[in-house]
Amino acid sequence: MNHKEGHPEFLAHHFAEPEQQHESAKFGMWVFLLTEILLFGGLFLAYTVFRSWNPDMFYNAHLALDRTLGAVNTVVLITSSLTMALAIRSIQLNRKKHSMYFLIATLVFAAVFLVIKYFEYSHKIHLGQLPGKYYTYTGIEGNNPHIFFGIYFAMTGLHGVHVIAGMIIISWILIRASRNHFSHEYYTPMEMTGLYWHLVDLIWIFLFPLFYLIG
Amino acid sequence: MVELVPEHKHHALPLRVYLGVAGALMVLTVITVAVSYVDFGGWNVVVALLIAGFKASLVALYFMHLLYDNKLYMFIFLSAVAFLVILIVFTMFDTVQRGRLDEIKDKPIKQQAEIYEKLKTDSLDVEHEGDSGH
Repeated sequence: MNHKEGHPEFLAHHFAEPEQQHESAKFGMWVFLLTEILLFGGLFLAYTVFRSWNPDMFYNAHLALDRTLGAVNTVVLITSSLTMALAIRSIQLNRKKHSMYFLIATLVFAAVFLVIKYFEYSHKIHLGQLPGKYYTYTGIEGNNPHIFFGIYFAMTGLHGVHVIAGMIIISWILIRASRNHFSHEYYTPMEMTGLYWHLVDLIWIFLFPLFYLIG
Repeated sequence: MVELVPEHKHHALPLRVYLGVAGALMVLTVITVAVSYVDFGGWNVVVALLIAGFKASLVALYFMHLLYDNKLYMFIFLSAVAFLVILIVFTMFDTVQRGRLDEIKDKPIKQQAEIYEKLKTDSLDVEHEGDSGH
């Protein structure tokens, strides 16, 4: 598996040149992000249908969510998106140390997001504001409030799984960066991780007003 | 061979672009929280989605570099959005029209569910004991 003379080490042998390799990775990544949008899309559809059927119940149930925590988490996730973008900018400028610091900052903000989410979830579990037959809370007026919490936990839960997956991938990228795998000439895995992380942020941008800010 | 990639675009954007976009996203977050306290009736959700859509566009165009990259990626992204809109709009054509022929009564899915029993007893308790509850 010797690379041809003059080929950079990061260039896989089935690609003619680095640019082709980079564009292929990016094309694949965007198609994957398309499937991610459609994966969440099914849940956005469920949300739309049930909210249109139960507008008053959705309004009453959303009051059980903490707007302040939701808004803080929005700011946290936007900041983590910024640090991710700056990590990639740093490696583009070949500032390897800076790039790693920004990756660490992204991980920290992601962890803060999950900690806040943990407090929100445990509060709801404690009150019995849960999906389906596990719903035992009696403080919300209107019929079938468990539907709201079913969709809430499904959407924020799937989003939370994506945040955890993102943290694992960013950690892997951080380890590779610490082993000097990336430079201004080759940083494709970091850029693809950034695209994924921004999509996670983008989905939260819609989840926040749809759950926390109804009317 | 036909050149698929028009030009090499690996130039880093200026720092102020990223900071400006992040700042705009913060301001828009504050705005969307603020307008949620104003009652526009049915338009609240429209306003919220317009602001969210604007924020999402900023993330996609600048953080995800769609504005500067090969437009193929923009096409993939927009086709996902387009099919999502088709999915939701066409489903709503059906679901929002239900009840025009047969009136849909807003009733519990499970009449005997524990929470409705509790609600009844709670309201009885309140009537009998005044404000001794939670």
